[in-house]
Amino acid sequence: MSSSKEITENILTKSLEAVTEPNYKVSIRRLDASFGAKQALKNINLDVKENSVTAFIGPSGCGKTTLIRCLNRMHEMTPGAYAKGQVILDGINIYDKKVDPVIIKRRIGMVFQKPNPFPTMSIYDNVAAGLKLNGVKDKKMIHDIVKESLEGAALLEEVKNELDKPGVGLSGGQQQRLCIARALAMQPEVVLMDEPTSALDPTASSKIEELVHELKKDLTIIIVTHNMQQAARVSDYTAFMYLGELIEHGPTKQIFENPKKELTERYISGKFG
Amino acid sequence: MTSSKRGTERHDHKHALQDIMLKYSARRRFMDKIVTIFVIVCVIAAIVPLASILIEVIKNGASAISLEFLTQPPGSLISGRGGIGPAIQGTLIVVGLASLIGAPIGVLAGIYLSEFAGNGIFPSAVRLFNNVLTGLPSIVVGIVGYIVLVLTIGSFSVWAGALSLSIIMIPIVVRVTEETIKIVPNSIREAGHSLGIPKWKITLYIVLKSAKSGVLTGIILSISRIAGETAPLIMTILGTSLFFSSLTGPVDALPLRIWRLASQPYESAHAAGWGAALILVTMFLALSISLRILAQKKGFTVTRTTI
Repeated sequence: MSSSKEITENILTKSLEAVTEPNYKVSIRRLDASFGAKQALKNINLDVKENSVTAFIGPSGCGKTTLIRCLNRMHEMTPGAYAKGQVILDGINIYDKKVDPVIIKRRIGMVFQKPNPFPTMSIYDNVAAGLKLNGVKDKKMIHDIVKESLEGAALLEEVKNELDKPGVGLSGGQQQRLCIARALAMQPEVVLMDEPTSALDPTASSKIEELVHELKKDLTIIIVTHNMQQAARVSDYTAFMYLGELIEHGPTKQIFENPKKELTERYISGKFG
Repeated sequence: MTSSKRGTERHDHKHALQDIMLKYSARRRFMDKIVTIFVIVCVIAAIVPLASILIEVIKNGASAISLEFLTQPPGSLISGRGGIGPAIQGTLIVVGLASLIGAPIGVLAGIYLSEFAGNGIFPSAVRLFNNVLTGLPSIVVGIVGYIVLVLTIGSFSVWAGALSLSIIMIPIVVRVTEETIKIVPNSIREAGHSLGIPKWKITLYIVLKSAKSGVLTGIILSISRIAGETAPLIMTILGTSLFFSSLTGPVDALPLRIWRLASQPYESAHAAGWGAALILVTMFLALSISLRILAQKKGFTVTRTTI
């Protein structure tokens, strides 16, 4: 897809410092983040493998949402918020001064906790929004991508005859899948999901979990969840965080069955959090 | 023993409470009826003046309406012939021009204040000045318009009138736009950012679109306000019996003509004045209603697509 190539070239020519990490899609190095004077993340170091699902778990306030928002440079959009360190995507540090934060967001997509489809747009226009507003004019291409994205979000069957109906007219679960389709339309390589099912009922939640399973074949997914069972079901790797620090990170099976740190073990067994 | 005693006490409290609530519920229902009646009376009191004005205008003005009245220039005042054609045309031109100037400036300023400005000294000053300007007496606008615009251009003119009216219009539009945009939930903006859409596009194509009907209402309200303003027009367009000839020349307008006709001692002039008032009220009723219908229809864009 030509625009993706242009985007990649832009980032490559704009970035200087590159730390090559083979096999890892995203590498986080010495990341600190704060809201004004309050530090929210301390020295995070983490590698995320391509085509995997990584879950961030931890009690409220541990910094998992802050961390995920640092990965696509949304964190610094909050007034007074600041992040320092390196987040390396395919060998390029996205925090490098030469990188345009707007372009990063086209390669790393995001799905929010509460579904937020654009209220003035139809289902079709919602999915196409990112494309149209980023200069894609070819109607056939938009049409094809919208169809693919809706299919990829397991929503096409349900809405294929109602594409001009308002996006906000769908049920909660459908709206969230619409937001996923909208993010997928940008052909991202990484999708960040911030508690995507916490506003949904169990049936809708399990549909989304199935979706994550399918999507990881082509994408790298990072999902924040406060539901440990969900993390155990859906992820290949799990990172446990507490009070802004990364306590432990490893294959999900190992974290849940054989945690190395005592704090992890206590959280997993429900002793706190 | 203690438990059963406490049990009876509780039972007594329960009964006592129920008795009190029963007594108060009757009183509450009565008060509810009284207040409802009071509120209805207030609503009627608010509507009656409005309704009576409309009725008076229709009653007195209806007889003056005719095709000749609407299209012909005024004849001699005593003859009772002729009409208010130039005034209607003038109002449309001056108000139209003022809106074309005022609406974009007001909307853009409102967007700046709500989306791009913080709370620093400059934006706060802008907000302060804007609020002061909303309360500016229109005669002051007229005098300023006369000194700055009429004397510079060299004559009473359409430009002077339009620019003066836009000065009244802009602060209203700025305020309404800023308020309406602030109400758009932040989750919408975040969704836009997460797709890598640049901020100005998010503001224009997503946020503004959501705030569209509110902004449009603000514009309609301000147009209705300036359409009836007489004071600035007295000092800037002069008024005339001729149809529109040039943007730098004088022109007539309905509020102005109504005022002139009403000040005449002749009965025929008064009748014409009522007719003009009826026209003015009708024009802007029609404008309001049609813009509302338009905004409702276009409030949601329909794309015909099936996959």
